[in-house]
Amino acid sequence: MKKLLQKTFEKFIHPLQRGRLTKVGALTLAVGIIAPLSAKDIELLNVSYDPTREFYVEYNEAFAKYWKEKTGDIVKVKQSHGGSGKQARSVIDGIKADVVTLALASDVNAIHDKAKLLPADWQKRLPNNSAPYTSTIVFLVRAGNPKHIKDWGDLIKPGIGVVTPNPKTSGGAQWNYLAAWEYGRRTFGGETGGKEYVGKLFKNVPVLDSGARGATTTFVQRGVGDVLLAWENEAFLALKEFGKDKFEIVIPSVSILAEPTVSLVDKNVDKKGTRPVAQAYLDYLYSDAAQELAGKHFYRPTSEKAKNHYASVFPKLDLVTIDSAFGGWPNATKTHFAEGGTFDQIYLK
Amino acid sequence: MFFKSRRSVIPGFGLSLGFTLAYLGLIVLIPLSAVFLKASGMTWATFVEAIASPRVVASYWFSFGVSGLATLANAVIGLVVAWVLVRYSFPGKRFLDALIDLPFALPTAIAGIALTAVYAKNGWVGAWLNPAWNWGVTQLNNWLPVIPWNEWLGTGIAYDRAGVFVALAFVGLPFIVRTLQPVLEELEPELEEASAILGANRIQTITRIIFPQILPALLTGIAMAFARSLGEYGSVVFISSNRPLYDEITPMMIIIKLEQYDYAGATAVAVVMLVASFLLLLVINLLQKWSRRYQAV
Repeated sequence: MKKLLQKTFEKFIHPLQRGRLTKVGALTLAVGIIAPLSAKDIELLNVSYDPTREFYVEYNEAFAKYWKEKTGDIVKVKQSHGGSGKQARSVIDGIKADVVTLALASDVNAIHDKAKLLPADWQKRLPNNSAPYTSTIVFLVRAGNPKHIKDWGDLIKPGIGVVTPNPKTSGGAQWNYLAAWEYGRRTFGGETGGKEYVGKLFKNVPVLDSGARGATTTFVQRGVGDVLLAWENEAFLALKEFGKDKFEIVIPSVSILAEPTVSLVDKNVDKKGTRPVAQAYLDYLYSDAAQELAGKHFYRPTSEKAKNHYASVFPKLDLVTIDSAFGGWPNATKTHFAEGGTFDQIYLK
Repeated sequence: MFFKSRRSVIPGFGLSLGFTLAYLGLIVLIPLSAVFLKASGMTWATFVEAIASPRVVASYWFSFGVSGLATLANAVIGLVVAWVLVRYSFPGKRFLDALIDLPFALPTAIAGIALTAVYAKNGWVGAWLNPAWNWGVTQLNNWLPVIPWNEWLGTGIAYDRAGVFVALAFVGLPFIVRTLQPVLEELEPELEEASAILGANRIQTITRIIFPQILPALLTGIAMAFARSLGEYGSVVFISSNRPLYDEITPMMIIIKLEQYDYAGATAVAVVMLVASFLLLLVINLLQKWSRRYQAV
């Protein structure tokens, strides 16, 4: 095709001018004519949070294969990872993300609130509150569980060191905090019970890392504390990386259904003209193949098929949702994590 | 005066001054004024609320306190190090001298991770230093119970207040050593000999002859090291436990405010940091001017 074009080109251009023009001209013509006919190279940017790294590397490959088979286009997905809040801020500040796959709905909400890059009802656009996979908060303890930690109640005993990241900076830590609050509410009665429990819990916290990975490192590598409050997938990953002879997972009686949410960034995809492929990228997360991958990377799948396949991996426990137990993210953020919220209060005497 | 040409002998004054101003404007002045501009959009009440909440106030005390302590320690130790490197020769001196620059060159996040690994309870140094520190603090509590020492000094090194001190001492040291070295090299040993011959004892020689000469350089070093420690974030965030009201540094509070999308609050705290640092540096500069009173200009 390119050769043919070059021949046609040569017929029309005076031989003297050719030397200079051939290369540039042929290329311009070639790009102009061929591009619409053959495969396109598309680049997407997925702005995600810390522990999803490994999952999305595999998912991007699977999606690229699927999209090539379907349309012939070649999709290359670039990833960016970091603390969920920081990632949301970089999107607000102008990084051209096509999709965001963040740890909390409230971080995606912020992209609407602060920069209006996506509509207010973004969470209704995809199934399951726009959470294609879910997770929960579990305990990671040292092998043999030397401090006999069985449930939330054991965490506030004197002499127990609890490692959790800072709820002010970490999405995962906000889930930790709310799960603890729910336990306190059930055990000690009402919101005062919740606050009392969480206050005692954080007295036992020797380190507040800024993110989930940092907290895992502190607990695992530096030997700080007796129990790590962790994302279930992060806990499984630690077992896989460091061995079952070093750590154990303890499943508490009650925890929270963590829903990491995904969304298109409408303004960006419309500007870049990538809406169809970005939409497909998110839709494909709900496919059996992707759900299988999510399960493999220790996220709880939402499709029945993958759920059944991984039923033995993920223990059943009582999971409350943010909407039913805390009246949704905007409420939870305001009550607990905003300036002067309960997290600030428990440190003030 | 009358006959002096208006033009300097060396050409390029206009060009170089223009370049200097443009560069300083782009790199320093415009970003800094943006901070003030952003903060000026707040009402006075919200500004005060942002900069005077208990956690933020606690962070000022901690940040300025621990930076000051680390700088003082560096001033003493840095002076000794610089003296040793200038006055004595010994095997490995060149190597030691090069080592001083390491905190300049090393990305601070790496320094933070390395220091944390070494000073943690299971680290090389931390394995014995943590229990030793804890023992010392307990003794203080028992024998000198004027303040609750364990609340002030903590019970360990990494993930505690002492760890933040270590990180700040690490980043500040080269500033003191490198500003003192050239001055110490200029120091004439003949002056010390003369002082000894004229009957001064060793202490007098140090306090009356050597110290006045190096004081201005020492103060410059202190100012730079202090400014550097105040702004340090990369390494502290790893070694501090970041417990509210305990060992959170002010830059951490700025980051936390940003995480809550409170851009205005973050800039408000930044303004406080800026003004406070500026005032402190001003005081140190005045001190320095005073310390030069014996020197011929």
